Amino acid sequence: METNMVFGNDLNLKATELRLGLPGTEESEQLQSIKNNKRSSSEMDLASQKGTGKQESEAPAPKAQVVGWPPVRSYRKNALTKRPESDATGFFVKVSMDGAPYLRKIDLNVYKNYLDLLKALENMFKCTIGVYSEREGYNGSEFAPTYEDKDGDWMLVGDVPWDMFIVSCKRLRVMKGSEAKGLGCL
Amino acid sequence: MSGSLDHSDKGQTAPDLSIQMALSSDQALEIVLENVLCFLSSRHDRNAASLVCKSWYRAEALTRSELFIGNCYSVSPQRVTQRFRQVRSVSIKGKPRFSDFSLLPRNWGAYFATWLVSMVDVYRGLEKVYLKRMCITDDDLAFLAHNFPALKDIVLVCCEGFGTSGLAFVASECRNIRVLDLIDCDVSDDDEDWISWFPESSTSLESLTFDCVESPINFEALERLVIRSPSLKKLCLNEYITIGQLYRLMVRAPQLTHLGTGSFSPSELVVHGEQEPDYAAAFAACKSLICLSGFKEIVPDHLAALNPVCANLVTLNFSYAHINAEQLKSVISRCVKLKSLWVLDSITDEGLQAVAATCKDLLELRVFPTDAADDADGPVTEVGLLAISVGCRKLRSVLYFCQRMTNTAVTAMSKNCPDLEVFRLCIIGLHRPDPVTGEAMDEGFGAIVKNCKKLTRLAVSGLLTDKAFCYIGQYGKLLRTLSVAFAGDSDLGLRYVLKGCPMLRKLEIRDSPFGDLALHSGLHHYYNMRFLWMSSCRVTHKACEQIARQLPRLVVEMISKDEDKEETSEYVETLYMYRSLEGPRADAPGFVRIL
Repeated sequence: METNMVFGNDLNLKATELRLGLPGTEESEQLQSIKNNKRSSSEMDLASQKGTGKQESEAPAPKAQVVGWPPVRSYRKNALTKRPESDATGFFVKVSMDGAPYLRKIDLNVYKNYLDLLKALENMFKCTIGVYSEREGYNGSEFAPTYEDKDGDWMLVGDVPWDMFIVSCKRLRVMKGSEAKGLGCL
Repeated sequence: MSGSLDHSDKGQTAPDLSIQMALSSDQALEIVLENVLCFLSSRHDRNAASLVCKSWYRAEALTRSELFIGNCYSVSPQRVTQRFRQVRSVSIKGKPRFSDFSLLPRNWGAYFATWLVSMVDVYRGLEKVYLKRMCITDDDLAFLAHNFPALKDIVLVCCEGFGTSGLAFVASECRNIRVLDLIDCDVSDDDEDWISWFPESSTSLESLTFDCVESPINFEALERLVIRSPSLKKLCLNEYITIGQLYRLMVRAPQLTHLGTGSFSPSELVVHGEQEPDYAAAFAACKSLICLSGFKEIVPDHLAALNPVCANLVTLNFSYAHINAEQLKSVISRCVKLKSLWVLDSITDEGLQAVAATCKDLLELRVFPTDAADDADGPVTEVGLLAISVGCRKLRSVLYFCQRMTNTAVTAMSKNCPDLEVFRLCIIGLHRPDPVTGEAMDEGFGAIVKNCKKLTRLAVSGLLTDKAFCYIGQYGKLLRTLSVAFAGDSDLGLRYVLKGCPMLRKLEIRDSPFGDLALHSGLHHYYNMRFLWMSSCRVTHKACEQIARQLPRLVVEMISKDEDKEETSEYVETLYMYRSLEGPRADAPGFVRIL
């Protein structure tokens, strides 16, 4: 894991630690379909950290669950528990990569932090995106992940704190080559 | 039968009496009756007609073409097929409604198979089957498809026991299939490509609803099916259909009136650079669209595509769409003709205010919960209900899930919406009082039964004392269905209801402190009811036995979760009793004890 990454004010290595499951959950009760390849190295870090607070846990730990209450048909209950509780904009976004034939669609809610997201993108497009630094962007790599925010501006992924990124990101684009470097210097 | 009673023949000098005498007056009367009775469609009218005299009974039995069985165990298939010989349409309801909420163990009963066996010889011309909460297997579907060549409509609601294999039988063998609607059914995935089994020729399909089938669909086969089904008006897709595929189908079927949009979301893989289809144009081309549903995995970007059809929408089901107030507003502000709206509480009170501002003709509103957890606060509250009551004065049916509600808001609704026939309020927190006054919700529900003079169905919740039930018994004179959960103080509560509501037909109660005295107080009424359900109440075995003795035409079922546990607790876990012409059913499982 990279240790010299700074995202906003959070130098919280625990927060960027890879694990499966939602922050705050004991078991990975929410079996979400993670729409990218599962990373090979993943530590099941059970309940040791609360994550970056972007999402509250799916439901507060249930007190003695009353059977059949509230009276909602099981078909509807299943349909609703399948879906993660999502914020308004921050769930499915399209991801394109310069030169790749296909767009992908990913669910941002699945990721806890930039590290997760970048690893996922690297896996998805079989590329190396590399290390982010405030000064130099993604130097050392020919790719740079960018995103279009709510205002239509194209920003470099990592510029803003994760929480802010999640709610403002509309789509992602992995840029290639010199274009990428240009953005990094903003 | 020869010899007509034709008086219009002016040319004849004398009526041919010899021919007319061949018919006795009884026979003549029956012919007349049959010709008149075929105009009677309502089963209530027909039931009344059949009671006039034997001749009317016979004539009615011969001419009844639509059969409605409200409780599959109230009468046997044999008795039914012996009396009614010309039936074209059969509707049967099975399990009690609380089975939807996992309160009835599996394999309780309601098997369609026994009905099939009796119907196959007598109802060869059967055209329509409607089943609700019945158990129907793949074999049953195959049998149905194979033995009833005239079958046109199959509608299954909340049924289970079958899978995609059964659907394949229906697709391939029901040559005249016009309606195949599966609503909230539990359909197992047998990996059968059932859509491909429809015959290659043009079909007479008018309605195809499979949004509850949770398995992938062969899209190419579906598209071809839609192309060769020129009469298709209703199409409800499942969540495996992407918005891109939806587009292709809509382009093929612009004549649709009802559309279930499937996932309403793009697939993961989209060819880069490919132009995204003009979804709005596809909607605009469907000029007859009046009913929309689906939106199972909605991506809100695409909501704008709905704009061209909003102004004509009569029914909108957003109850699987996790959209917020703003997103709802963008759609609902155009839906001026809307009569029925189903939504998720993710739209919040603000969303409901938007509904109230636009949908002046709204007749039905259902607000479903996103989260089952017991929270102090929730996204919709008394604020939303109040706004709705002020804006939608014509409301007839309300289902509202919330975490908090005040008596003031409920009372306001009772006054603002006098046409209410169905009022179902579910305050998710158990025994929750009015958060503003700290009082029970008695006054609010009291106002509903008092002011809504057309009320026939009521579901209560929140903190309720016996007073609420006193009001219900006092004012609920037209009440037919009552659902009670976690409410009341004592036997008095239930007694008020049983004494005061003469029209009560269906009473379902759970987790309430009603016991033997209350149960006993309804003896005069149980034969008039379809059923009584009481689970986790305070009724003893002895009281149930007494009821069974005093009312021999009542089937009294005591249902436990396990077979063994039965006699240990003081109270009956679940009491389910219903009137029946047949006595105890033969197919009861081990955990059901019938007295």
